[in-house]
Order: sequence, then C-alpha cells, then structure tokens
Amino acid sequence: MTQTAGAMTAHKIAFQAEKLSVSYGSTMAVKDVFLDIPQNQIVAFIGPSGCGKSTVLRCFNRMNDLIPSAKVEGRITFKGQDIYDKRVDAVELRRRVGMVFQRPNPFPKSIYQNIAFGARINGYQGDMDELVERSLRDAALWDEVKDKLKASGLSLSGGQQQRLCIARAIAIEPEVILMDEPCSALDPISTLRVEELMQELKQKYTIVIVTHNMQQASRTSDYTAFYNAKATDQGGKMGYLVEYDRTEVIFQQPAQQSTQEYVSGRFG
Amino acid sequence: MNINDTRISDRPITSDLFKPNLAKRYNLDRVFAFFAWGATTIAVAILAWLLITILIDGIGTLNWNFIDSFASRKAERAGIKAALAGTLWVMGVVAVFSFPLGVGAGIFLEEFSEDNWFTRLVEINISNLAGVPSIIYGLLGLAAFVRILGPITGGRSVLAGGLTLVLLILPVIIVSTREALRTVPDGIRAAGFALGATRWQVIWNHILPAAMPGILTGMILSLSRAIGETAPLLAIGAASFIAFTPNGLQSSFTALPIQIYDWVGRPKKEFHDLAASGIIVLMTVLLLMNAGAIYLRNRFQQTR
Repeated sequence: MTQTAGAMTAHKIAFQAEKLSVSYGSTMAVKDVFLDIPQNQIVAFIGPSGCGKSTVLRCFNRMNDLIPSAKVEGRITFKGQDIYDKRVDAVELRRRVGMVFQRPNPFPKSIYQNIAFGARINGYQGDMDELVERSLRDAALWDEVKDKLKASGLSLSGGQQQRLCIARAIAIEPEVILMDEPCSALDPISTLRVEELMQELKQKYTIVIVTHNMQQASRTSDYTAFYNAKATDQGGKMGYLVEYDRTEVIFQQPAQQSTQEYVSGRFG
Repeated sequence: MNINDTRISDRPITSDLFKPNLAKRYNLDRVFAFFAWGATTIAVAILAWLLITILIDGIGTLNWNFIDSFASRKAERAGIKAALAGTLWVMGVVAVFSFPLGVGAGIFLEEFSEDNWFTRLVEINISNLAGVPSIIYGLLGLAAFVRILGPITGGRSVLAGGLTLVLLILPVIIVSTREALRTVPDGIRAAGFALGATRWQVIWNHILPAAMPGILTGMILSLSRAIGETAPLLAIGAASFIAFTPNGLQSSFTALPIQIYDWVGRPKKEFHDLAASGIIVLMTVLLLMNAGAIYLRNRFQQTR
C-alpha cells in the first residue's frame, strides 16, 4: 500500500507519512496518505482544489496545530523521528522545517529585520549582518535591496516580497522548505525567478511545493504526488493521494487514468 | 422552464425592459449629499458655538493667578490649582493601570483564550459593562476602593478615584484592543510561527506593533472620556473645596470637572465665568493628552 516512488531508494528519506489523515471538526479533509519525501529533491503536490494537498503540507511543520479543530491521525516521521510524538517540540520542529506561503507575507518591518527576526529568536550567535547578506544572496534578492535594507519589506514588489520570504525562511538554516503555492500571486517573470531559485536551493534543502500550475510541477520537481477529492456520504469532499512517482512518470505514463486526465488538462 | 434550457439567443439585445432613469437617481444623490452636508454643518456649528461662548465667558478670568490659586469663597481670588493637579494625578493613575490591564485582557481574549462558555460569558459581560452608566461605577468604586480597600487606597483618595475611572473605561479599551488585533492579517501570525517563534514572540514582536495604532486610538477615546467624568468622582466623595495639591496616591483630591460643576452651581455670575475658564483649561489638558497619543500612534505607523 505504501506509495514509494520508483528509484527513490537512491535518496535518503526526509519525511515519511504513514496512513496520514487530517480532519477539521467532523469533516475529513484528507485520508490515508502514504508518502516518502526524499532529501535534497523537489517534490510537487498537484491536484484540484480541496484535495488536501495544502493540508498534508501543513502537517510537516505542524502548522495544523494552530487550528484548534484540526486533528491529525497516522504517523509522520522526519529523519526517523515521529514529529507528532509528545517529546517533539513544534517550535523547534518549525525551525528545521521552514515554510513559504501562498501570499507573500513579509513582516511590516525593515528588510533587515525581516531576516534577522528568525535568527534572533532562535538564538543565533554569529554575525547578523553577514547572515542577512548571505540569506538575501541565496534568495537572489541581494543586488536589488542591498542599498535599502532599512526600507520596509512591504515597499518591495510582490515577486521581491516572496523572495524576501524565502530569504527569511532560509536564514534560520532549515533542512526542509515547504512552499504552499508560492507563485500563485506572482507574475510570470517573478515566477521564473522563484523557480530558478528552487533549483539552486535544492542543493542544500529538501523542498516540498504545492502548486496549481502543472507546467511548474513538470518543470521544477523531481517527484510529483497527485491528489484528488471524492464526495463523501455527508455531502462534503475528502482528499486522498492517487499516485506518487517520479515527475516524468506522472506526466508521461501515469498508472492511474485520473492522473492522466488531470495532467493532460481534461479536468481540474 | 427547463433547467437544461441554457439558450440565450432568442432574446433581443436591445431590451426595453431596462429603464435607467438617470435623472431621478442623480436627484437622489443630491438629496443625500445635502443631508450629509447638513448633518455635518449642524454638528460643527453647535461645537463652534459652544467653544466660542466658553471662550468669551472664560478668557477674561483666565490668567496665571487663576491657574496658580486654590479654591476660594471670593471669586476674584479663586483658582484651579488643586483641581488641575488632582486631574493630572488621577489621569496618571488611570493611564498607568488601564493600559496594561485593558490591553492585556484584550490580548488574552483575542490571541490566547479558547472559544468556550467561560470566555463567551466574559465577552458578553465586557460588552454590557461598556454601556453601564458611570454613576454605577462610582458606587462600585465607593464600595470597593473607598470602603473595602480603604486601608490600601487611603479612602477618598487619588488612587480610589483613578481606579474607579479605570473600571469605567476598561471595557472600551478591551473591546478596541480586540478590534485592533483582529485587523492584523493572519499571514503575519503564520509567518512568525513558521520561523519557530513562540506564541508570545509572535504577539510581542509582530502583532502588537502592527495593532498599536488602533490600540492607541482606543486609549485616546477612553482617556478623553475619563478626564471629563464627574459623576463617579462625586459618588466616591471627592471633595470640591481643597486648598492643597495631592502629595501622593493616598492624598485626598478634587478634579477639574468637579470644580467646574461646583462653580456652575453657585448663584454669582463671577463663578460662572470661572467655570468657563476651568472648561478651557480642561479642554487644553485633553487636547495635549490626545496630541501626545496621536504622536505615538504616528510613530508606530511610520515604522511599517
């Protein structure tokens, strides 16, 4: 039953989800997901709206903890450690598993402070100026903002803001970056820059990205998971994982017919 | 009609079923604009008339002697030194206690508390307390701060008066704090948590600074209400004839609204003019206080 993609044994495993189900109150959002996320690879989650792909993503850094009605069942391990174990601290986990959101959400503070905040609260002992510069360089934003580090993060364009959010996420040296539709609010040029950036970041980080853009998934990712939703008896929708494999397999010869129909644009 | 009937072609494009009637709609526009203009004008005119009459009555007796003299039975020697000092002391107590208590309660209810019967009960009570007449707060202050806590407050003192006014304005501060916190986008919270911040770090570093302009607006309105309150201070028994300035929190006191109330109630015209002068001083203190809060608010808005 475990959906382990072919040739994945070549990589170390970052996350392993076993029989993962998430419900909000009495509504089951996504059910029985089995999934391995390999290290230093880009994994894309695709599927129609309401299929639970963002919900699964938010389990990996326990952001669902912040929603009082959310209930997570099953097991997720991160490098062998069960992250929903009582001994695992969600605050510490989130330092190791960063996140970039759908809408750019810089803090209403200076560009410098946006980067420095995460480092400061996590007890960073090194040179802050150097960290800010390195993070902005890694996010391909340094040249555009190096002369206005004191300017508000909100004064940047949407694409720059999103790269600032990426810089902010990598400043605390996480091991994984979760991206929840990071380009859906960006223009094509900015989208391209973020995609190029992801290829660079892949050398250091494991990346999991939720996207509605099929081209983006096929261009950028190494593995693709296709989620779908089915109607439940209560009249709601429940998400499930249909198929998970190397990206070229999913896009060229998927095993499931619904995957084939989705990636060829016939529904969703 | 068939639900599958989705044809649109058999209807002519130039339908005569629409009657834009622009002239009538624009007339309605003008009527509403006139009413809005009239309402504003009446409000401003009444305020201006009030200010002008006060200035005419009070400016003659407003001089340094008036500010630097204590109350007296002779109008030409009476001043507001004790009342002005008392008001400043009481407002100091109000600001020091109401800001942390009100903002703290607002933060708890909005950011920490879970939605259960207890917090809902607290919320309903706070909303209702905002509408309770101020004289009731005066009676509560009399019982709680003057009588029961008398050994601590020193009876009819600056502290008892200030705390009574704190009770009066707390509901408004709590409600406006919550409104301000609610306007902070959830994306800011999510961003903070995703970086490994604790709840308090997110609130202290991001939510509070972003909400501070709104919180300070609530503070301005609340303090403006507190400074003009007379009834609760009368209820706790603040004296109107005091010939010294407060020398501590347990000192007895009088306040500007009480002094004004006292002068207005006297038969002699000279005292009525003194009351007008007192109102000018009270309004000046109020304006200075608001200016300070607005300055702080703008500082917070600039850093965004």
